[in-house]
Amino acid sequence: MHRILALVIKEFLALFKDPRSRFVVIVPPLIQLLVFGYAASYDLNNVQYAVYDRDGGYAARELLARFEGSPTFSRAQRIERQSEIAELIDAREVLLVVQVGPRFTADIAAGRTASVQIIIDGRNSNTAQVALDYTNRIITDFNRDWTAARGLQGPPVHLVTRAWYNPNLESRWFFVTGLVGILTLVVTMMVTAMSVAREREQGTFDQLLVTPMRPTQILVGKAVPGLLIGLFEASLVVLVAVFWFEIPLVGSLAVLYTGIVLFLFAAVGVGLMISSLAVTLQQALLGAFLFMVPAVILSGFATPIANMPEPVQWLTLGDPLRYYLIILRGVFLEGAGFPLLVHEMWPLAVIALATLAAAGWLFRHRMG
Amino acid sequence: MSTTSHEQRPDLASESGSGSGSESGSVSGSGSGQPAAPGCGRNRRLRGLLRKEWLQILRDPSSIAIAFVLPVALLLLFGYGVSLDSKHVPVGIVIELPGPEAASFAGAFRQSQYFAPVFYATRQEARAALRAHELDGIVVIPADFAQRLKGDRDAPVQVIVNGVNANSARLLSAYVQGVWSTWMQRELSDRLIPVVQPVNPETRIWFNPEVRSRNYLVPGLLVVNMTLVGALLTALVFAREWERGTLEALMVTPVTLREILLGKLLPYFVLGMGGMVLSVLMALFLFQVPMRGSLWVLAACSTLFLLAALGMGLLISIVTRNQFVAGMIAILATFLPAFLLSGFLFDIDSMPVAVQAITHLVAARYFVAILQTLFLAGDVWSVILPNAAALVLMAAFFLGLSRRRLHKRIE
Repeated sequence: MHRILALVIKEFLALFKDPRSRFVVIVPPLIQLLVFGYAASYDLNNVQYAVYDRDGGYAARELLARFEGSPTFSRAQRIERQSEIAELIDAREVLLVVQVGPRFTADIAAGRTASVQIIIDGRNSNTAQVALDYTNRIITDFNRDWTAARGLQGPPVHLVTRAWYNPNLESRWFFVTGLVGILTLVVTMMVTAMSVAREREQGTFDQLLVTPMRPTQILVGKAVPGLLIGLFEASLVVLVAVFWFEIPLVGSLAVLYTGIVLFLFAAVGVGLMISSLAVTLQQALLGAFLFMVPAVILSGFATPIANMPEPVQWLTLGDPLRYYLIILRGVFLEGAGFPLLVHEMWPLAVIALATLAAAGWLFRHRMG
Repeated sequence: MSTTSHEQRPDLASESGSGSGSESGSVSGSGSGQPAAPGCGRNRRLRGLLRKEWLQILRDPSSIAIAFVLPVALLLLFGYGVSLDSKHVPVGIVIELPGPEAASFAGAFRQSQYFAPVFYATRQEARAALRAHELDGIVVIPADFAQRLKGDRDAPVQVIVNGVNANSARLLSAYVQGVWSTWMQRELSDRLIPVVQPVNPETRIWFNPEVRSRNYLVPGLLVVNMTLVGALLTALVFAREWERGTLEALMVTPVTLREILLGKLLPYFVLGMGGMVLSVLMALFLFQVPMRGSLWVLAACSTLFLLAALGMGLLISIVTRNQFVAGMIAILATFLPAFLLSGFLFDIDSMPVAVQAITHLVAARYFVAILQTLFLAGDVWSVILPNAAALVLMAAFFLGLSRRRLHKRIE
């Protein structure tokens, strides 16, 4: 037991004796959470747009005032010529142009359906769709108020949408909980992936192998620092998410920490496996990267897993981050308990066991 | 580095004492060891450095893997795996009282490719399924649906979505709204009920009319790829030599700092460009992303961007002198910023002003703007020139600072 303890202490010393190592483990992830927490959002709140009003009547003005008043859109640029539409959109000065035809007010006053043209820059198709959704909502509201104010017959029934768990559909809630997972993964993986590879590169791992320590003891000694640092890091980012970003933490801490610990075991396992496969630090870094980047992409962090083709969806089953993000979002936003999340927890345990066992085996069987 | 040319430079000799002929030990190059004319000595030294770097790249295949395997693997994963276009979203339709109107409305969901409807008789069942993540949303068709349709009073129909993923939830409710209004209009005109719809929006989406998210994800991904490749290739090179002590050995040879930098930069530049060419070919032929701009602009901008990315890696490596710290910083400073702050996924204009200011420090931001325009819109100079100028500045900054921070001194 005290052998393991000695190894753990040595690992911590190796990591923290250098003030810069200490620094990179703690400070950048926090800065990243703050910056990315604000950056990562599909919501639009400052859409640059232009108005080409060829009508100028009161109905057109009333519709355009609704765009002006919406928090999504910033102040409109007015244009006078058709050719300016292409100039502005090509140069990315505006995301969309609202064009009101010359007979708009006349049509609407006569009880006919008037049309408005919306031209959107589709270079970023998601932003385009979100912006389109905002404009459609403005026009739907306009229609309802217009018919109601004039006692006209509108559609007799309309839809009312309610969103559970996130009533205002703030995508920050979704992304900050995701970032909690990604930053835990990055730090834990880096700490563990470098640990064995550094000793291999310096030749001290062979020395470690000839000591009376058994591979399991080495494994534990190498895993514990990663686990503790990961736990610290995870707690830190959870605190920032709750107290700085004010993400509601609806569920219980017990469920949250069960998820965190299981995920950390899996991350440490993968890190150690990569580390024991690598001979140099560069290989370890590359390995960590080759794992981490797809792990983030396939985790459902930014794009839903359900949109992926079937074979890629199978790949995501091996991604510990996938389960962790569901647990995090479940506990934070939905207040999910063990019965709902157990299906996400046992795969994490399986991944942890498999990778830790593989790492232990590789310690002995891969000698440079 | 072992091309020990015998011309001694006085400033060097005085600075580092006697060090001629010290071998680096890691790789043995082709030292010809003859006295040489000053002019060709510089060339030969550079050649020697380049040769050593190449040998190192070839012997440890991880650099080649970074340059070629990483971009290909990522592009395949992203191109095929990542899409914001949902299909077959499981949505629960609660029909409290079966009837012709309810059946006709529910049928509208069956016809849409976007939905995979599941039918329930009570709200409780559907709510339980939504809670268990089996559904993404619920549409409740109430028992008095038929009466409400006839009435002149505006009565609501309830839609519930799981809002955890706000973006998907918003798209889902927009699609439900779409199905609803189409069905409603047909239903009302079939029954000759006159309804006024004052304004009807007509939408044109330029550059990407079918709203294929792949068309914008793939150019953005090229940027993420190249950021990673550029910084990862060079982030460790100096740190590794510091840790192994071979840089000290290099310091006492007559090679100049500029030669050392060039010797480190050129091989990785070639590797990085190779990766870029491969990625562009995949984007065009595998993912069928249209290319509306010209190739020479693409090549020129890629060169600029790669110089900036490699320069950043070199700077990290020179400043940290430690492989762990360099690796950590390279990952933190490249992947996530390129992913989240470049405007590749998230709209920069909607970020808070402070965060927008930070995005100006991310080289990927400029390259994303250039690539999305080049691929989808064409050679729009008002977008390309300012962004290219920013890339020139960043490349000059990183390479210049690398040169300044690299000293022939040992602390």
